[in-house]
Amino acid sequence: MKPIIHIENVHKCFGNVHALRGVSLDVERGEVVVIIGPSGSGKSTLLRCINRLEVFDEGMIVVDDIPLDSAENINAVRAEVGMVFQQFNLFPHLTALGNVMLAQRVVRKRTRQEAEEIGLDLLRKVGIPEKAHCYPGQLSGGQQQRVAIARALAMNPKIMLFDEPTSALDPEMIQEVLDVMLQLVRDGMTMVVVSHEMGFARAAANRAILMDEGLIVEEAPPQILFTNPKYERTKAFLSKVLH
Amino acid sequence: MPIKFDLWWSKPMNMQDPIKTSVKEPAFVLPNAWRERYFDPWWGLVAAVATLIVLLVVTRPNPFLRILVYARDGIWVTISVTVTAFLLILIIGLIVALGRLSRIKILYGVMTIYVEVARGIPLLVQLLFWYFALPTVIQSIGAALNIAAFRNYLANPVLMAVLGLTFCYAAYISEVYRAGIQSISKGQMEAARSLGMNYFQSMRYIILPQAVRVVLPPVGNDFISLLKDSSLVSVVAVADLTRRGREFMAANFIPVETWVMVALIYLVMTLFSGRVVNWIERKTRLEH
Repeated sequence: MKPIIHIENVHKCFGNVHALRGVSLDVERGEVVVIIGPSGSGKSTLLRCINRLEVFDEGMIVVDDIPLDSAENINAVRAEVGMVFQQFNLFPHLTALGNVMLAQRVVRKRTRQEAEEIGLDLLRKVGIPEKAHCYPGQLSGGQQQRVAIARALAMNPKIMLFDEPTSALDPEMIQEVLDVMLQLVRDGMTMVVVSHEMGFARAAANRAILMDEGLIVEEAPPQILFTNPKYERTKAFLSKVLH
Repeated sequence: MPIKFDLWWSKPMNMQDPIKTSVKEPAFVLPNAWRERYFDPWWGLVAAVATLIVLLVVTRPNPFLRILVYARDGIWVTISVTVTAFLLILIIGLIVALGRLSRIKILYGVMTIYVEVARGIPLLVQLLFWYFALPTVIQSIGAALNIAAFRNYLANPVLMAVLGLTFCYAAYISEVYRAGIQSISKGQMEAARSLGMNYFQSMRYIILPQAVRVVLPPVGNDFISLLKDSSLVSVVAVADLTRRGREFMAANFIPVETWVMVALIYLVMTLFSGRVVNWIERKTRLEH
């Protein structure tokens, strides 16, 4: 079977900084991949290249049989690829429900009623139906992030990208977001997650990847990568993260 | 609820920070909350100036009522010129601002040159150019190319005044818009784009609704400036309030009463506009 995300020799420079230096990665349908690595290692950049929030300089990315280099289909690709950000990026002028409904109406052209039904359903799924009519400013970080997940899911994405979804959260709110993500894993969603939540990686990921200096250093099932890594670089990083 | 002062200059711009605010909305709206949101004691100042005008008119109809009657078509011209120009300014300013934010180099360059030129020439000189110089240019072009419509072109003072005001003020407003759009965090655009919205949809539904709240105070400020600067059109044959005042003074020579009355009429209009802007600001403020 063809991989749903095919990344081949991707390079990306920001000025003098060579953020990605030839990354290749295939993600199968239904697979959960966790990317770890020190800051500045290019893991977020790689994620953002997958829905072309960053335009890569060289190489090839194919998402669900659509190559990303032609501009016409980029919005089609983005609608299929949900993204969750570290800073939530909810729309502060819309209610939680409004956040979940807007793109359904504008991009998917659903009717108000349809969008509202799907929206309320998803808010129920992420566990905060009672906050449907609250503005983001009235929600806690964990609640905001769950609305952000619901907002991405409303587009019926085939792939979900998570860019450090719990890094901006207070410790007691991390679990509620991870629970929602675990539920997605059980539903069979293809996910690429940049995160240092080792517990989540162990419980859910098929593969863990360590990136450093714009390259994939090591990839293995999380149980093996975390306990018995092959490379010194991985060991050094893990010893810092795991204390 | 925290106590907020009802001073328009100390209005907190709290919509920018959706993360840290956590004031719970009460289940029902308290009279206090209602007052804080809608009651604005500075309407009293508008009322005071309006009362002063009425008092002057009632107690000394000669000359104050005469001035008011004489200048009333001028008031109407001032309002209509200002409002028409302002509507054009809002639209053109947005187009210019988007051009200035564009990655297309030519668009950016053209818009930047326009803004620098329009800001760099005094409004009075611009108005004189539009009314006196431009028609002459059109006439000579008409003569050279033998186009009768151009050769016999006569400037319409009101049209040229509106064009002149629009050309100048759209540049200022575009800079306000640009700052407002840039004040919205990049993550908002990224979130919108990542959901599959295109650039214009993202602008329309995500960026502009937020930017509008940011730019309302400076845009309102520019409206009041425009209302006052519209008095400059009196030099290009537009019979606005200022020009009517001058005509009245020339005929009667009572400068003190004339200019007091004209000043009070301007003042009541600008104070009123200021309150309306403030009211819109309160209505559109994000609830946290």
